[in-house]
Amino acid sequence: MEAGEFVTLIGPSGSGKSTLFNLIAGLLEPDEGEIWLDGQLPRKRTGNFGYMPQRDLLLPWRSVTDNVAIPLELDGADRGEARAQVEAMLGRFGLEEFGESYPSALSGGMRQRAALLRTILTQRDVLLLDEPFGALDALTRRELQDWLLELWQEYSKTLFFITHDVEEALYLGDRVMVLSSRPGHIVETLEVNLPRPRRARMIGQPEFGRQAATLLGALGIHD
Amino acid sequence: MTNGVLSLLGRLDNRYRREFLTPLLLILLLVGIWQLVADYGGLSSFILPSPVGVAQAAWDTRDLLFPAIGTTMVETMIGLVIAILLGLTIAAAMDLSATVRRALYPILVASQTVQILAIAPLLIIWFGFGLLPTIFIVVLICFFPLALNTADGLASADPEQVDLLRAMNAGRGQIWRMVRLPSALPAFFTGLRIAVTYSVVGATIGEWVGGSGGLGLYMLRSKNALATDQVFVAIVVTSAISIGLFALVYAIERLTLPWYHTQARREAWEST
Repeated sequence: MEAGEFVTLIGPSGSGKSTLFNLIAGLLEPDEGEIWLDGQLPRKRTGNFGYMPQRDLLLPWRSVTDNVAIPLELDGADRGEARAQVEAMLGRFGLEEFGESYPSALSGGMRQRAALLRTILTQRDVLLLDEPFGALDALTRRELQDWLLELWQEYSKTLFFITHDVEEALYLGDRVMVLSSRPGHIVETLEVNLPRPRRARMIGQPEFGRQAATLLGALGIHD
Repeated sequence: MTNGVLSLLGRLDNRYRREFLTPLLLILLLVGIWQLVADYGGLSSFILPSPVGVAQAAWDTRDLLFPAIGTTMVETMIGLVIAILLGLTIAAAMDLSATVRRALYPILVASQTVQILAIAPLLIIWFGFGLLPTIFIVVLICFFPLALNTADGLASADPEQVDLLRAMNAGRGQIWRMVRLPSALPAFFTGLRIAVTYSVVGATIGEWVGGSGGLGLYMLRSKNALATDQVFVAIVVTSAISIGLFALVYAIERLTLPWYHTQARREAWEST
């Protein structure tokens, strides 16, 4: 992966997408093979990437601010400092009025935004996003996709994004990797031929349809 | 401003009505029926003293009753504190080591099947008359729901939340503090509510069998004197203390776990 790239990974369920992320994040050890980072074996397996799993996993006993501040606390920042840094960023994430709320008071979209802010605050260059919008309704999802693209530009992170939705993979990514089902391996890598910034209307254009058909073909789905 | 205060009062009033007035009315109704049955049921006051008679007996024996309450409370509180410490220690040990869990579990269950009436005389032989045997019984009864509930609570921590923190390089201690302990708190409080409910009765049993004071001894003496009304005094006071402790723990729980007792959860429950 190139620095600053937005790579999406698509594959049928059971192809091991999340397992791959758990391997990269250091939560699982590979049976064989090694995971390299920046041309070398990392000294410590965990903590090299920002990791955002499918569920938001906000801790119900912590306010939104305290939840989002967890990575800063773990990096050794004191609580007041961490909270101040988070509070300054809540507005950008549409959460300014909800800093002191418990996660249970938030909508699904707001919870994902909080989870993403938490991931960004891990201050890692590469973020692993595992179907972050999978559980959201279609409208909220479209909204968050555009918002994620803006943030990606703003923070210049490298994003590795799992999805099972061909349209989402194309709309977001510079490159789409297709994972086959068992045994999971990369069967296709597609350089997305769409200009940035991406716009919703592109989804209806013939070029988009042609690339979607390629991806579907790689997934074993033909007309 | 005035409106806000009024609506706040209205809401408080509403909750107050639901949470306190409803059970209070039912209790008053039952006491009223009791009084009627005692007055007009043709039973002698030796078989069934009336509520008024019981209240009178309590007042008449106040010089005995108040010190007895004090003794029982002291034993209950010391027993509860030891039970909490013991319960939490056992829960933590069982959580940290599967071997400890496997080894301890049957013994914990066995400890609850011990016949208290049978071991109470032994406790007196071991610890002598006084507070110690009674405190021992309170601990024996109370540590169990605390240990078991807390252990279950620790085990109920969401593995994915733990993984998320691991992925952020959190250490074992940090994961305990940030995820596992908070996850266990609701279950701990459930255990504590069960424990305090049993604690006072446990203390009176200990006193009944071998104590040198307290409500249990008051009850024993009243029974021996065939003073049924005083036996009822002891029953009512024991219940009142238990309910009071239960309410206190519940209040502490509500204050400690605001995230768990959210408005939304309460309303969801009440609408079902």
